[in-house]
Amino acid sequence: MRPMEGLKVLDFCWVAVGPMTTSYLAEYGATVVRVESKLRPEVLRSAPPFGGDVRGPNRSAYYANYNANKFGFGLNMAHPQGVEIVKRFVAWADLVTENFTPGTLEKWGLGYDDLCAIKPEIILFSTSMLGRGGPHSRQPGFGPVLSSLSGMTGLTGWPDRPPTNPYGAYTDFIVPRFAIPTIVAALDYRRRTGRGQHIDISQLEASLHFLAPPVVEWAMMGREAERCGNRHPSAAPHGAYPCQGDDDRWCTIACLSEAHWQALCGAMEHPAWSQAARFATQLARKAHEDALDGLLAEWTQGWDAHDLMHTLQAAGVPAGVVQTNRDVIEDPQLAHRGHFVYLDHPEVGRHPVQRSEFHLSAAAPKHRSPAPLLGQHTAQVCRDILGMSDADIAALMQEGVLEDDTPLPEA
Amino acid sequence: MASESAYRPDREGMLSPYRVLDLTDERGILCGKILADLGADVIQVEPPGGSSARRVGPFYQDEPGPDSSLFWWSYAANKRSITLNLHTADGQALLKRLLPTADFLVESGLPGELASLGLGYAELAEINPSLIVASITPFGQSGPYAGYQAPDLVGIGMAGLMYVTGDPDRPPVRVGFPHFYLHGAAAGATGAMLAHAHRTLAGAGQYVDVSCQEAVTRALANAPQSYVLDGGIIKRQGSYRQTGSTTYMRITWPCRDGFVNFQFSGGAGAGASVNNFVQWMAEEGMGDAYLESLDFTQWGYGTISLEMLERIVPVVERFIRSHSKQELFDGAVARRILLFPVATPRDIYGNPQLAARDYFQQVPHAAFEEPLILPGPFANASACPLGFRYPPPMVGEHNRAVYVDELGLQPHELVRLREFNAV
Repeated sequence: MRPMEGLKVLDFCWVAVGPMTTSYLAEYGATVVRVESKLRPEVLRSAPPFGGDVRGPNRSAYYANYNANKFGFGLNMAHPQGVEIVKRFVAWADLVTENFTPGTLEKWGLGYDDLCAIKPEIILFSTSMLGRGGPHSRQPGFGPVLSSLSGMTGLTGWPDRPPTNPYGAYTDFIVPRFAIPTIVAALDYRRRTGRGQHIDISQLEASLHFLAPPVVEWAMMGREAERCGNRHPSAAPHGAYPCQGDDDRWCTIACLSEAHWQALCGAMEHPAWSQAARFATQLARKAHEDALDGLLAEWTQGWDAHDLMHTLQAAGVPAGVVQTNRDVIEDPQLAHRGHFVYLDHPEVGRHPVQRSEFHLSAAAPKHRSPAPLLGQHTAQVCRDILGMSDADIAALMQEGVLEDDTPLPEA
Repeated sequence: MASESAYRPDREGMLSPYRVLDLTDERGILCGKILADLGADVIQVEPPGGSSARRVGPFYQDEPGPDSSLFWWSYAANKRSITLNLHTADGQALLKRLLPTADFLVESGLPGELASLGLGYAELAEINPSLIVASITPFGQSGPYAGYQAPDLVGIGMAGLMYVTGDPDRPPVRVGFPHFYLHGAAAGATGAMLAHAHRTLAGAGQYVDVSCQEAVTRALANAPQSYVLDGGIIKRQGSYRQTGSTTYMRITWPCRDGFVNFQFSGGAGAGASVNNFVQWMAEEGMGDAYLESLDFTQWGYGTISLEMLERIVPVVERFIRSHSKQELFDGAVARRILLFPVATPRDIYGNPQLAARDYFQQVPHAAFEEPLILPGPFANASACPLGFRYPPPMVGEHNRAVYVDELGLQPHELVRLREFNAV
């Protein structure tokens, strides 16, 4: 028995935020039927890296990271019969998920009210950049843009430089952890009351819970937080310091208490500069932070970043390697946790899939299959879930309503 | 820009039947907040004198005090508060009396900290086998780094997010607001709810072991996969982003009065937006023949080389610099272009979309004349809307309600426990 066993999900999600959300469900046992079309391919299928460094709709390891364990269902929604087939899947599903621009489902006649007409207790999960309703509801966008609108970009970087985006479609990876508790709560509510509902998450509104204090500070005190690199408002040293090796290796050191500082002095074997009056107290160190950073950097430069981390941690100083994507892949702690699950995919090849970031003592995640080829399971889900005959399936393939995994001819 | 709202303790939420004992400090505090907003009865269990989360600045009117931390307000609203000293035998006994009333217990101590008090998962489960216990720690409960200290800066660096963020000629930077534990805490709510679903099927509780490092590592987009498949080390690129081993996109651009974010790349979504932008430049007499010769819907995400960017950027930058944030955003909305201002807190509070949706809420607080202004719900739920039930609690505000009215302690027992510093 796994937590999501028996849950039936009709999944229209695409790109990152939606597929990452439904990946938790698939990992823990839900049946997730992922609707896609060759005619409007999912953005992430064209995103690198690609298996064998060859571009192709089934070759993206980025896509593969969020779509393992799901069934690939190719369906042409532009065809009137496509919508009719969706309705048959709605009757089967517990949960319908989507992250289109608001209005897209409604345009197909598949808005929440339409779904309720088919299955009154259905739960519809929607998430969009800015939510349903409001003047900018239909403004398109992706996570990198939303990092800016939610204030994260503006606060990231150096005070004397332009702001810098946190890497990646950053908010896309924040929202799923608001979405899953809400979805599971809605399933629990339905189990107890019989009532379904429409869950609609504005990614901006959820993400702002990761930036609430600075926004409250402006709203109530009229003061705006500013970019400050890696500095801490009240503690020093607090930064990334250069290490040996190629010219871009770094180790963070964060002395948040007198004990941390004393431990750092001990690890450095008490150089004369560290005993100067200007570094004798927390306030003094904060006041002379530029000088302190310079002197500390001279010391760290002689160290290998990993050696420095281990040495400082053993001495009681919070410190850590600023890990590259390679370091992360080779990280012994992540390996201990089994974070990267390696799956074999016919076109991507062997690739890492990130598992959920928690271990449940009584329920292991299961990776039964890598991400689907586009349309890989179309016939299977139509047969097994809708009970369609092979002849009907073949006819609908012929008419271009259903899509299997044969590639489109080159344009 | 905030709408007035009232506390409704009896508001029905999706998780109304469930109680959470929240032993977290500032590191795991968002976990219980998510469950509280969904309707659970979340009791923040604070040490006598108050949670260390109350000491996180900034403070209202710059006056530090147990009730004036904006961080505390942001992540404790909708919770109740009791005090309990887990380092006393009386406090431990009291926690054990509360356990049978609880469905979840969440904590963010270091690995082994609760167990050293005789309150490890095994002991808790013995008292309440259906309890779900979630622990939020930097690296998880075991492994080579499990005992390492990781304040935000260290954690974000270890997770790989920092190396790829910042300017290429400067050290890597962390995200400008501490996110390491927020990711882990939200993951705690996710894991706890999956465990809850399991409990409804299988009957028993279980232990949820969250790693903040893993949570943040999941925010690396395709960087881990890029190393495994291409051997490429993804570098930080300032205003640009590396989308693959040899491809880039431009993200942030200076404008007349600040910065905007405009994703200049191909791909099914961005390509059309970029085409519309190119057309807008032409409309204003600032067009460029090379740009107009390209159809960006035909370029996939992550296909723009450095050579192409070198031709593209100067003309686009010239156009953007000649406009204000507002002009650019209005134009983008009208033309379905993926461009947004790089918002400051002031911009966020004035955001017309948020205003139209009544996002920011004004709620009273007994300690202050002015109402608090807090973010609204993280989700709209049609059957069970999320909303305020309790203000950010004062230290031990609900001791009497929980210990006396609900648990049946005599009032004089509570006084005695207070004198012993057990509550």
